Amino acid sequence: MSFLNVDFVTKYFAGSNGSGDLCVFRDVHFNIEKGEFVTMVGHSGCGKSTLLNIIAGLETPSKGGIILNGKEVTDPGLDRMVVFQNFSLMPWMTAYENIRIAVRAAYPKWDRQRIDEYVHQYIDMVGLTGSEHKRPAALSGGMRQRVGLARAFAVQPKVLLLDEPFAQIDALTRGVIQEELVRMWMATKNTVFMVTHDVDEAILLSDKIALMTDGPEARLAEIIEVTVPRPRSRETLIDHSEYTRIRKYIIHFLVERSRKIQEQGQK
Amino acid sequence: MNGIDQVTKTRERQKVIISCLLFLMVFMLFWQLNTKPSVGGRTEGLPGPLAVAERAWEMVSNPFYDRGPNDKGIGVQLLYSLGRMAVGYSAASIVAIFLGVVLGLYPTLYRAVNPYIQILKPISPLAWMPLFLYTIRDSGWAAVMVIFMSSLWPTLANTAFGVNSIKRDYLNVSSLLQLSWLRQLFKVILPAAAPAIVAGLRISMGSAWIAIVAAEMLIGGTGVGYFVWNEWNNLQLTSVIFAILMIGMVGVLLDVGFGRLAKVVSYTE
Repeated sequence: MSFLNVDFVTKYFAGSNGSGDLCVFRDVHFNIEKGEFVTMVGHSGCGKSTLLNIIAGLETPSKGGIILNGKEVTDPGLDRMVVFQNFSLMPWMTAYENIRIAVRAAYPKWDRQRIDEYVHQYIDMVGLTGSEHKRPAALSGGMRQRVGLARAFAVQPKVLLLDEPFAQIDALTRGVIQEELVRMWMATKNTVFMVTHDVDEAILLSDKIALMTDGPEARLAEIIEVTVPRPRSRETLIDHSEYTRIRKYIIHFLVERSRKIQEQGQK
Repeated sequence: MNGIDQVTKTRERQKVIISCLLFLMVFMLFWQLNTKPSVGGRTEGLPGPLAVAERAWEMVSNPFYDRGPNDKGIGVQLLYSLGRMAVGYSAASIVAIFLGVVLGLYPTLYRAVNPYIQILKPISPLAWMPLFLYTIRDSGWAAVMVIFMSSLWPTLANTAFGVNSIKRDYLNVSSLLQLSWLRQLFKVILPAAAPAIVAGLRISMGSAWIAIVAAEMLIGGTGVGYFVWNEWNNLQLTSVIFAILMIGMVGVLLDVGFGRLAKVVSYTE
């Protein structure tokens, strides 16, 4: 039994003009082992963010289900934390308060002082010290997502769900935070499911990459192992022959095969 | 560049202040010139600004005296009005925010009761007065209820709107964190909707202050509205004009307070 089991999940959206339901993806089935970092790559509209929301419990599957640690999960919970593309920080709270509310929720028995120390530990970890009493509006995109990461890691969830976490961050900062994420993940050995359409990001971070065909009626085409040894960094990665091979393979898939497989599937 | 901006801003400000004072002087002069001089202590037509100023000085220098039912200082009367308002307005605000949150969270319910709200909203709060007098049988409390009715709807509508338009993201985070409903209410829903709620409270405060004058004219006894009516009966127009100004001033002060509060609860996404 694997740690997280996405069990033949199908999602329909209600048709807009009474044309019946639209199938976003069908029979998506894969497993994630404990401590694994799995990334799903696919074109916009293949439903990868929807799938992530289903795992998070924020949306419900039309068919199939999510099994975490042997139990089916249908509602959101502290065992699955999401890092959102748009950060989703409370704008009326400071960075510190945004993390604190999560810590208080996750550890209801802790006293004030212990919570405070713990929050500061995570603020240090993501390099927010000095900016912790600013509100999100006063922080750059990169800094905001650092708050988002700290909030998610601080809860110590069983599964960390990353929904295109670096899409709204400028390219230079993105690289830095990606490496910070690698460092945090190596330290905590969290189980991670990430969704992205950045191929380099996927290869840098993941153990396995799941490739989705195009939507509608997207399918999971295949799962490839990232055979580049860890620790990885952006610098050493580009010289690695395995990196070049995997990158070519994924881009080839996204440009040509993702469409073809989808068309074959629909016939 | 910044320095030049600063200079233009300061000049702009000076212009505004000078024109503002100029308008006041022109108005005062026009008013004084159109006032008939008093003949043997009796004034024909409207009293002039000098007469009003004289009366104002008299009343402001001793605002808190109380010599029986028909002779109280303006400060005492204003406090009576503000006290009534505090009770009616606070009660209405609590009810309106509570109902607004519920309606904002359950759009179906909101749509079901919306027709009734739409019908009740345009009713002048004074129209309820006879019903309140009949049911409560106490004119003071009837006036409080009029204030209640006048300050209910703007807060209710704004709260419902504010809660209803809270971004899905914030609620998603709160459900991921499994916040108890009480924590969700105080940490997420109310702060998120606070700018809209305060805007509603501010409008409600304005309409309550408008309604109190009329309500007190009807019930009599105490309050600034009664004061205006009583002075009219005494043909003391200087006092009436002075009281009108005071009502305006207090209204501005209340509004400024809410302006401050609005700044405190506002946030940028």
